[in-house]
Amino acid sequence: MNFAKNYLSKYGILIALLVICIVLSIATPYFFTVQNLVIVLRQVSINGILAIGVTFVIIAGGIDLSLGSVIALTGVIAAGFAHPNTYPVMMPVLVGLSAGVLIGTINGLTITIGKVAPFIVTLGMMTIARGLALVLSNGRPVTNLSPSFNFIGGGDVLHIPVPILLFALVILISSVILKYTRIGRYIYAVGGNENAAKASGIRVNRVKLFAYIMCSGLAALAGIVLASRITTGQPNAGIAYELDAIAAVVIGGTSLLGGRGSIAGTVIGVLIIGVINNGLDLLNVSSYYQQIIKGIIIIGAVLLDRKNARQ
Amino acid sequence: MNTDYILCVEHISKSFPGVKALDNVQLNVAKGEVHALMGENGAGKSTLMKILIGMLQPDSGKIIFKGQEVNFSSVHEAIAAGFSMIHQELLPFPELTVAENIFMGREPVHGWLGWINRKKLYADAKALMHKLGVTINVNRLMKTLSIAEMQMVEIAKAIANKAEVIIMDEPTSAISGREVDILFNIIRELKKEGIAIIYISHKMDEIAVIADTISVMRDGKYIGTYPANELDNKQLINLIVGRELDTIFEKRISKSGKPLLEVKKISGEKFSDISFDVSAGEIVGIAGLMGAGRTEIVQAIFGLDKIYAGDISINGKPIKISSPKEAIKNGIGLVSEDRKKTGLVLSSSVKHNITLAALKKFSPGALLNLQREKQVADEQVKKFNIKTPSSNQVVNYLSGGNQQKVVIAKVLLNDPDIIIFDEPTRGIDIGAKTEIYKMMTELAVKGKAIIMVSSELIEVLGLSNRILVVRKGRIAKELKAADATQEMIMEYAME
Repeated sequence: MNFAKNYLSKYGILIALLVICIVLSIATPYFFTVQNLVIVLRQVSINGILAIGVTFVIIAGGIDLSLGSVIALTGVIAAGFAHPNTYPVMMPVLVGLSAGVLIGTINGLTITIGKVAPFIVTLGMMTIARGLALVLSNGRPVTNLSPSFNFIGGGDVLHIPVPILLFALVILISSVILKYTRIGRYIYAVGGNENAAKASGIRVNRVKLFAYIMCSGLAALAGIVLASRITTGQPNAGIAYELDAIAAVVIGGTSLLGGRGSIAGTVIGVLIIGVINNGLDLLNVSSYYQQIIKGIIIIGAVLLDRKNARQ
Repeated sequence: MNTDYILCVEHISKSFPGVKALDNVQLNVAKGEVHALMGENGAGKSTLMKILIGMLQPDSGKIIFKGQEVNFSSVHEAIAAGFSMIHQELLPFPELTVAENIFMGREPVHGWLGWINRKKLYADAKALMHKLGVTINVNRLMKTLSIAEMQMVEIAKAIANKAEVIIMDEPTSAISGREVDILFNIIRELKKEGIAIIYISHKMDEIAVIADTISVMRDGKYIGTYPANELDNKQLINLIVGRELDTIFEKRISKSGKPLLEVKKISGEKFSDISFDVSAGEIVGIAGLMGAGRTEIVQAIFGLDKIYAGDISINGKPIKISSPKEAIKNGIGLVSEDRKKTGLVLSSSVKHNITLAALKKFSPGALLNLQREKQVADEQVKKFNIKTPSSNQVVNYLSGGNQQKVVIAKVLLNDPDIIIFDEPTRGIDIGAKTEIYKMMTELAVKGKAIIMVSSELIEVLGLSNRILVVRKGRIAKELKAADATQEMIMEYAME
């Protein structure tokens, strides 16, 4: 019975997404064209990769506020290794991802071994990473990047933009991890009841560490994609991106209390935010109003979810 | 209608979607009596109490209180009329003082601004505690109190509200020994004041001590009301479960073999110098007062608490256990004391809970074999008679007894040789209790070594081969179950 309920609440958001799409298609015919939908997907892929990362952390009962700064820092670092005729394109990618993994490790260890609340650790890391990005770049955008690096964010493979392909790959791998691996199951258990997880022989600290590394690692990937897309390592990039990512996760039905949620839900949440942004742009709604509408949708989605959960 | 009754419940029925929770129920409670309400979980006791306290409204029927029909549409109205309920899980304001908790919502005020008269507040609270014979400083913060003390504050609050009917829902589920005696003394004081008490409990020995009258409910129906002194335990159990239970505890001959688990002089934060052994096929009971260190001892053996000194060996081989993971690897299983706190992931499904400690079995490679997992989980559900619509059901929606069976199914999936049961039947009904007793006996017959911690002396005596009585973190006495009595255990357990 509850299984059906779970599906109903999952379908609830899916239906909401479809309704929004239908309304927008009627309001502005251009919305439902291949060109525009590809644009939407490309636009959401960065927030999508971020949101999937933070889904791991939130299901494990934590939070990560440092994502936006990690994007800027890893973008700047990657750009530093991406000037033409210096290193092969794998270099900036690997260095950027390593920086993300390192930040995730620091976050995770401070939270598990240091026993500091995730909110505080990642709030601190938010300003540390932002500061580092500014220090490393001297506060100036890192430009003059190689064409092969710029291909990551701007190129197409078989007419599909590379960011969309990366997003799809991240969705696939993350879904498999959460659903079909032990560590995935342990993430739910740790978020649902840490004590019970421990008593079941689960090494709770390792599970949390994994979640934070996944989260910062994916933020680094998003940072690389963004730097490549705007052909600049921008130390001021990504401000408040973590909020959009967390909003998508919440809209997707993942509980901020931990233990409950899914990648599918997060992807739908990301699409809802993306489609609305795009649609309101097409309808020439001022960006001031867009913010208000987005806020209403976040709260509305959670209200809907609560109602479903209560029934 | 008998006018001696302060409260008459007549022909109350209440349905929820799919279930008739109460079917034409009656209950007559006299002034100044302790009226025990008994029945298995799901018998309808809680629903009836929720109706009395105004949390639910009946579909039909009447509640007559002091000769007048009443209809409470909210808890607020019920309290104003003179009803009070001490919930099983207390809901205090931890950061406020005892006095502020007692008078929450009805603080004495002075002046037209309605400022709280703190002097009067504390004086009144102090007088009230004195009247109850309780020595709790009313200036203490609520969070510094023990559960037993909080309960007394709740009772004081009920008195402050001028309650004439107090409902107590399993008030002794989290306290023990002397604290229960203190509670019972308070209850006797309340009786003298003419206050009627509706007392819900699963504990037979308590009911025998404190209740004047017993009403029994079963499957949402009223079974009958009896003077407490006219029923013995066996008759009462038969009324509650509705069938003959020849014996709850099966007679079992102990196979005394070589010790499987040996514990030598272990010490930890709350216990010291603990030595005992358990053989295959044996059940060793650990009795003692709440807080004596029983749970800490078994948690240390399972790697959840630290051991400062001493040795543990299995099959004669010394082992080091510093985490539950290592304990499980060494063939130890723990059914923990508090299923909600340490036993279950309440937000996960029955299936995921059952397989949580044994996931390795389903992932020979990198990925989990979900079909195999589901199959095994379904087998466990059947084997342990877990009542759930499916193994995909979120475990939070199951009854206490079925949740406990999920915990046991989880622990046993690893096929441990040494199984620790810590309060295995707390807060579950007699039907589920009997099933769990049977499981434990079968495990012992199969050659498992079993340690059972329990506050219920009847089950310690009924199941164990040997009994260790723990007092203040030390083993005060080891008794052979065959010669032991409840009185003997209590004598060694008391400080």
